[in-house]
Amino acid sequence: MSIDTQLFEGKLIRLSPIDHEKDPAVESRWTHDLSLQRALSRRVAMPLSIAQVKKKYEAIEKEVEESHRLFHFTIRGREDGRLIGFVRIEGIEWTHGVCSLKLAIGDPADRGKGYGSEALQLTLRFAFRELNLYRVSAVVTEDNPEAVTFFQKFNFVEEVRRRKAILRDGQTWDSIHLGLLRDEWQATQMIGGVDHEQ
Amino acid sequence: MNNDLLHGELVRLAAENPEVMAGHFSRWNQDAGWVRFLDTEPSRLLSEKKWKEWLEKDLEKGPSDQIFFAIRTLEDDTLIGFIGLFDLFMQHGDAFVAIALGERKYWGKGYGADAMRVMLGYAFSELNLRRVSLIVFEYNPRAIRSYEKVGFVHEGRIREVLQRDGKRWDFLYMGILREEWLAKESMTS
Repeated sequence: MSIDTQLFEGKLIRLSPIDHEKDPAVESRWTHDLSLQRALSRRVAMPLSIAQVKKKYEAIEKEVEESHRLFHFTIRGREDGRLIGFVRIEGIEWTHGVCSLKLAIGDPADRGKGYGSEALQLTLRFAFRELNLYRVSAVVTEDNPEAVTFFQKFNFVEEVRRRKAILRDGQTWDSIHLGLLRDEWQATQMIGGVDHEQ
Repeated sequence: MNNDLLHGELVRLAAENPEVMAGHFSRWNQDAGWVRFLDTEPSRLLSEKKWKEWLEKDLEKGPSDQIFFAIRTLEDDTLIGFIGLFDLFMQHGDAFVAIALGERKYWGKGYGADAMRVMLGYAFSELNLRRVSLIVFEYNPRAIRSYEKVGFVHEGRIREVLQRDGKRWDFLYMGILREEWLAKESMTS
């Protein structure tokens, strides 16, 4: 890693700003798959119109600017710039150097192709090397075991289980909190004594 | 049927006007140790006027995902602290509880545990919640013991999430399920 390393450039994807013209139609389509919203939040899942997504984007950028506690990046195909998903560093507490992270790949057809992994790697490097944070948290639901496995692949440790905190489809599920400390992340960058962090 | 949901053995829970709470909040927030047990944010030493404005704004917003009460003693109606539910997700029956006694001379005498029991009664009997969570900092063993006494169960630790006095500290997560609360209540009554 050098001082002019392109922090937002991966091999398959890049992290980009919101495109207020083109993105709302794509994200509106994603929101009609409620399973994605359920995986991301405990709020009531509901589809959003294009107009509603536009308003949401404005609110996000306002919060980014005013709160100084949020980064919101879109995930795009490196070559074609197509919108694939988004990643957020939220709830940053600068005093303690902590934050939580959310990542979504919108279209089920785009999952399992390494886009999410690359986006997470870029985001973690940004969190630890650019923002100088000390730890990153992620909260997932027991009914989404793929997400637990995904974060564990990157050395996240399961820390808390809030028992039966989610009620869906007449069933209860635990809310699972995972955490990754800077040292633990650093260890994944030095596999085999070689610094993979270029 | 319990028609006296807001009364415990030592305290009662009450709704107060902004001007009443503002004076207490301003005074309690000058107690840096108290703030460090309660909050991850540093105390900003807000004035009484600013607290009043903040609470009035909250009042205008109307019902939200938070429910806060003042804690008053039954013996002489002294206002000793507050307790509240936040991150209230009614569709999941899940909320977090936070409690703080700003008046230090009431610490360690069961007032907090009593207020917590009253709040849990309200949460489970009136709001029909399925569970209540809380977060407590690892350097606050007095509070941890009090929550255990009330019936909260340890659910894990968020590692090294706070930095204070040059050290890293954990959050302890605790939770109580409705059925655990009901079992505890039937044992004591």
